[in-house]
Amino acid sequence: MAVAELPAHTQLARKPRSLMSDSINRLRKNKLAVSSIVILILIVSAAIFAPFITTGDFAKQDLMANNAIPHWMLVIMPKGAEQYARFSDKFILGADDLGRDLWTRTVYGARISLAVAIVASSVSLLVGTVYGLISGYVGGTTDTVMMRIVDFLYGFPFLIVVILLQTYFKAVARRGVGGGFGQAMVAINESMGGMFFLFVAIGLVNWIGMARIARGQVLSLRKKEFIEAAKAVGAPDIRIIFRHVLPNIVGPLIVVETLAIPGYIFLEAFLSFIGLGVDAPTPSWGIMISEAAPGIRTYPNQLLPPALALTITTLAFNFMGDGLRDAFDPRLKE
Amino acid sequence: MLRFIIRRILGFIPVLLGVIIFTFFMARAIPGGPFDFIGDKSLPPSVVKNLEAKYHLDWPEWEQFISYLVGDELYIGSVKIFDLDPNTPAYSYGVLRGDLGPSFRYRGQTVNDIIGRTFPLSAQLGTMAIILGLIIGVPAGIISALKQNTWLDYTATFVAVLGVSIPSLVMAPLLIWIFSVWLGWFPAATWGAKPPYLQNMLSPGFDWGNYWSHAVMPVFALGTGLSATFARLMRASLLQVIREDYIRTARAKGLHERTVIYRHALKNSLIPVVTVIGPMFAALITGTLVIEQIFGLNGMGKHFVQSITNRDYAVVLGTILVYTVILVFSNLLVDLAYGWLDPRIRLDA
Repeated sequence: MAVAELPAHTQLARKPRSLMSDSINRLRKNKLAVSSIVILILIVSAAIFAPFITTGDFAKQDLMANNAIPHWMLVIMPKGAEQYARFSDKFILGADDLGRDLWTRTVYGARISLAVAIVASSVSLLVGTVYGLISGYVGGTTDTVMMRIVDFLYGFPFLIVVILLQTYFKAVARRGVGGGFGQAMVAINESMGGMFFLFVAIGLVNWIGMARIARGQVLSLRKKEFIEAAKAVGAPDIRIIFRHVLPNIVGPLIVVETLAIPGYIFLEAFLSFIGLGVDAPTPSWGIMISEAAPGIRTYPNQLLPPALALTITTLAFNFMGDGLRDAFDPRLKE
Repeated sequence: MLRFIIRRILGFIPVLLGVIIFTFFMARAIPGGPFDFIGDKSLPPSVVKNLEAKYHLDWPEWEQFISYLVGDELYIGSVKIFDLDPNTPAYSYGVLRGDLGPSFRYRGQTVNDIIGRTFPLSAQLGTMAIILGLIIGVPAGIISALKQNTWLDYTATFVAVLGVSIPSLVMAPLLIWIFSVWLGWFPAATWGAKPPYLQNMLSPGFDWGNYWSHAVMPVFALGTGLSATFARLMRASLLQVIREDYIRTARAKGLHERTVIYRHALKNSLIPVVTVIGPMFAALITGTLVIEQIFGLNGMGKHFVQSITNRDYAVVLGTILVYTVILVFSNLLVDLAYGWLDPRIRLDA
């Protein structure tokens, strides 16, 4: 008997609400998270349309106007700044010590930070999820071995590995050693302004946490009846993994990854600060801060654009991540 | 309990070995050597070759590795076990005998010297920052959780997320700008004590006022981020613990709310905080490059990072070893703390 033939008064009055629409409604009510998402969309658009809202050339130096400030900025400079400051209204937010426009460099710097966020979190999510899926689903000795490896790696100071890898890649790029594969990698790297190796390295820092969480989720799903049913029907393992297990674990994984994104952005800023980040003249907020910090007594204005941009972006990611987590985890709200 | 500790320590020996082996060979795999440059000028190849020969860098790598572990030569009494290079005297006794090797970049200093000089400062800074973070963060998290969804909670959460989002990269120059340049309350750089730290600080004439005035800003720059992390963790954890059944039982028994929270809920909700402190302690104690550079402190963070750029292999390995050892011990302490905080996690259960 088909459903359409049942008498009308037994039909549901409204469409049943799915778990997803519940979560999205909860997210929508969280004003902080919603405004963060809006701000992030703005930042992403600014990064994409950077050539249209800035002068378009972040590397153009005007050595006659280095450290210049526009006139309105005099109020926030330290006392006596008019004695030594150079004025030029050509630069909206002023120039750095090589005469490059700060506004342009900040907006282009957003590209780097957003690229780190996307690439690093994708790498981490991909490697970690696959590893955790295999380990959790296959189980047995494979699982034990894989988890031993993870525990072993857990004690490893990954920052060191990142720094070592970065130094290695930079040295290879500079000297052209490494044979065919090395040269190909270097070519990819150059085409992205020195970013490729960095992002992969940063992504590799966090995959272990992701793998552990993924494995935990898989383990809790393995015993459920619908998996058993799928096996009884004769579904091959691969199909079970991708069609049944994966969609159910993806939610918490994405939330955790979103909350890790500010960490990636910080890591990139830190690496740029110590000179192991993107190659000059590509602007990155970390490089801009490291260049502005020594001059903080005389030109504090150079610190503000990258510092504010970095803070606002990480704030937005943090609030969005918190909002996502609260929305998808119903237990915390009662 | 003792068995647990011993088992853990034994379990970390392979990790330690793995770290040493990986770092040793990876550092040497990076193109370029420690003697290629003096400042910006590159040295002529013959000079480089001689310098490398002096420090045995032209030996095969596994021989260098053995030399690093036990020194160039090993004599028991007057019986020679091995001597890798009879022509030159050994200049290092090897890690297993407590000598971390000479520094290639800072010639005339050994790694033991460098670490002995810089580690105490980083340790002081790191410890004080964690204490500050705990003092501010844990109560804030508790208040935030107990008064959930009031304006108190929202403000505290907002400030906490703000604190987590402002990296020390930004916080440190900001603090200097506000408190040193504008207000002139605190000195902008350097540390209030000099090496040898223990001797100086425990001697009667030590100027503690000067010490604290120098210490305030770096500790705050580091500590505010930490306190924000602790506050968030504490809040999330306490929120979960309060909903547990045994808390409901305690309330049903008629216990005073304060007893319920402080005697029953608190210990269990501290577990995530303690979990995080382990690796955090190790990372902070071994120096934070950013804070040290911006405040001009002579700490270990600089050596951690610069030694890799300088290809100063012994310093690289020395700093990494210190870090790993401290990490191992902090994790051990964290696990022991678990047992105290939550009896269900007793170790030999």
